[in-house]
Parts: sequence; structure tokens; C-alpha cells
Amino acid sequence: MRRALRLLALPVLLVAVWYAASLGSENFYAPPLRTILAAFADTWTPQRLRADVLPSLGRLAAGYALASVLGVALGVAIGANRRLRAAAEPVLEFFRAVPPPVLVPVIMLFAGIGDGMKVIVIVSGCVWPVLLNTVEGVRAVDGVLSDTSRAYGITGAARVRHLLLPAASPQIVAGLRQALSLAIILMVISEMFAASNGLGFTIVQFQRSFAIPEMWSGIILLGLLGFALSELFRLAERHLLAWYHGLRDASRS
Amino acid sequence: MILRLSGLAGLLLLAEALPRLGLVADLPPASRILAALADEAGTAAFWTAVGDTLTAWALGLAIAVGAGVAVGVLIGAVPTLRAWTASTVEFLRPIPSVALIPLAVLLYGTDLGSTLLLVVYAAFWQVLVQVLYGVADVDPVADETARSFRLSPWARLRHVLWPTALPYVFTGIRLAAAVALVLAVTAELVIGAPGLGSVIAVAQSSGALPTMYALIVVTGLLGVAINVGARYAERRFLSWHQSVRAEPAR
Repeated sequence: MRRALRLLALPVLLVAVWYAASLGSENFYAPPLRTILAAFADTWTPQRLRADVLPSLGRLAAGYALASVLGVALGVAIGANRRLRAAAEPVLEFFRAVPPPVLVPVIMLFAGIGDGMKVIVIVSGCVWPVLLNTVEGVRAVDGVLSDTSRAYGITGAARVRHLLLPAASPQIVAGLRQALSLAIILMVISEMFAASNGLGFTIVQFQRSFAIPEMWSGIILLGLLGFALSELFRLAERHLLAWYHGLRDASRS
Repeated sequence: MILRLSGLAGLLLLAEALPRLGLVADLPPASRILAALADEAGTAAFWTAVGDTLTAWALGLAIAVGAGVAVGVLIGAVPTLRAWTASTVEFLRPIPSVALIPLAVLLYGTDLGSTLLLVVYAAFWQVLVQVLYGVADVDPVADETARSFRLSPWARLRHVLWPTALPYVFTGIRLAAAVALVLAVTAELVIGAPGLGSVIAVAQSSGALPTMYALIVVTGLLGVAINVGARYAERRFLSWHQSVRAEPAR
């Protein structure tokens, strides 16, 4: 009960202050929250959600999944091979440092402006945190474990499946978490450039036609979406890494 | 070292050979990109753009770090405050900063202000969360000792809390520095605020491909420079700290 109160008190207070303070707002750019909420209900009808939010989520899921698989696969290969790692590291450092949005114009050249382009934009940006974290995780595998598994003749796929992946998984998950927030950003940006539907496209459309309350409602929707996805991720993480958190708690007490 | 260089050389060779063999149509050979880079480096407009981007980056980062540290120490040092604000921080943090682009355009047009709004918003959370973790990491025994020696709250902040939190603060700054560059370039690219991003957009729409690639390489080099610089600063300022002292031994 106290916990629920603590959780909700400040958000409720902030919203209430916003609501009350903006009630008589004459500012064209900051309309009253009441108007924004009304616009929210009018704008994001089930029909609109199906036409704009679902395609966005589809691209996000496809890009994120592809980036995760690619990042982990390449990361394990690079992390497990010392020579490959030495050769690849400067190149990786450089590609990671390129701000992902500047690749949007490049990818538009290669892949046109269809759904494929948006998925590639997402992959090109969020593969790096996964890849680099996997490399680090695989590199840091406990030496004794590694030698033991080698002594027992565990090599190839079994080594990856039973030693490298579990040992690196806390780091991989950290990378996946970083990649998730990047993926949302890139989804929105790719839709701001060239699209005929999607959340980013719709919000920019509202802004250009000076439909301010609708634009605000879109921003709020994006916020809710980001929050929901990160909560979802936390649930998945707790499930996936239950053994790891348990181990850490046990060794701490 | 030789392997490291061979990786880079391999990439350059690949980027030279693929277009020459006609395998990729829209990528100019690496030598032409480098030539375009040399051309660009001779123009004043290029350096103005770099300066604009770096100004937005540095200013935004400074504001975000200042605000993040101040708010983080305040919230972190007062347990009740921390408990009551946790849900709000967790809610605001995942809001993608690009969602603010339309708002920034309306409020500031294509000025530096709209870039700053995005950069500060994105970088602030990176610092804040790190500072919160850092403050939570204070050794209870050290804190109790300081209390029993009747250190004033300010002295405790200065001698107990701050040294503990500092490594976390630096990690936060490093993360925020990278994020700030991404958002600065993004804002310029999407909104058209002056800087490297908007020059890239112009090069792309006018079909100047080698120039576009050259500018993208420049943003990458900036990113590398920022990463290296942040690591160097971290090592320098934390040279007394265990995590840095232990490093060469590994």
C-alpha cells in the first residue's frame, strides 16, 4: 500500500500540476492538458493504431530481432577468436562511433524508401551495443571454466551453447537493453525521413499542419510506448537471468 | 598492432575494390571519398559546420552533466526523495528524445536551441542514473564513521559521498558524451539546425555522394575522438581510484 502510494504519488502530482497550470493556457504551442487528452482519445482510435502504430512496431520488432541475432552471432565469433578480434577492433570502434542517424541517407540510396530501409536503419544502429557487449562478455569468460571445458573435449557448437553464451549472457542482456532504446529512436527517425505511415511520420505531419494538441498526444504516446517496452524488457530479463541474479544475491549475503 | 592496422587496411581495400568491380553501385571508391574529404577540409564552411556541431555537443553535455550531478546527488542523498521519485525517473527515462523533435522545431525553429533541447534531454538521464547508482554505492561503514566523527553534511558530501560516486559520474559522462554527439547530429540532420548533420543532408539531396560519405566518415572520427578523450580524462582524474590503478596489472 505504502509502496503503491510512493510509486504513484509524484507522477499523479506532476500530471495534476500540469493539468491545473495549463487549464487557462493561451499559449498556442502549449495547449491545456485537457485539450491534449481529448485529442489523444480522438486521434489514436483503434483504426489509427492499426494503420500507424502496428507498422511501426512491426519494423521495430523485425529490426531489433535481426540486430540481436546478428550482434550475438558476430560477437561470439569475434570474442572467441583473438586474432580476428585484434583485426576487427579498430574497424568496430569506428563504425560504433558513427552516429546511426547519419546512415539513414546512405541506406536510402541502397534500399530505397520502403519498409526494408527502415528495418536496415534499425539494424545498422542497434547491432553495435549488442555486438560489442557480446565480444566483451565472451572475452571475460572465466579462464578455469574455459580450460575445464576444453579438457573435457567440449568444442564447437556445444562450447558456444553451454559455455560462452551463458557466461556472457549478463553482458549480452546489458547490450540488448541499450539497443532497445536506440531501436525506438531509429524507428522514429527513419519514419521522419520518408514514410507514408508510422508514428514518426504521423507526429511530424501533425507538427507541420500545426495540429498542436494532436502532436502532443503523439509525443505522449511515444513516451508510453518507450516505457511499456522497457518494462517488458525488465520482465524478460528477470526471467532470463533469474539464475544470475540469484547467484549474485547469494554471494552478497 | 600489425593486426590492428591490417583490419583497417582491409576495410579500405574492400571499400576501394567493391565499387571498382561494379559490385555496389552507390558507393564511390575509398580513394574518391578521401579526396572529397581533403577538398572539404580546405573549405571554411566545413570547419564552421564542425564548430557548430561541437558547440551544440559541448554546451548540451555541460548542461546535462551539471544538472544530472546536482539532481542525482540531491535525490540520491535523501532516501525518501529517492523512493518517491524512482517511478517518475523510470517513466521519463525511456521516452525517446527524438519524440521531442516536433516540439523543438516549434519552440526554437532551426536554431541552436532546438539541438540543445534534444541533446540535454538525452544526455541528462545517462548522467542522472549513473549518479544515483554511485551515491547508493557509498560504504555504510564509512558513512557511519563520518557521522560519528561529527562531520558536517557538507564535509560528508565532499569526503565520503563524492569520492565514491566519482567513478560512476565519469561512466555517466562517457555514455552521455557519445549520446550527445548522436543527438546533436540527428537534430541537425532532421531539423536542419546548422552543423555537420545539415551539411550531410544537403550533400545527399544534391547527389554529391563522395562528399556525403566523407562527412559521414568525419562524424565517425569525431565519435572516436570523443570516446578516446573521455577515456583519457577518466583515467587521469581517477588515477587514485582502485578500478583505474588495477588496470595495467591485468
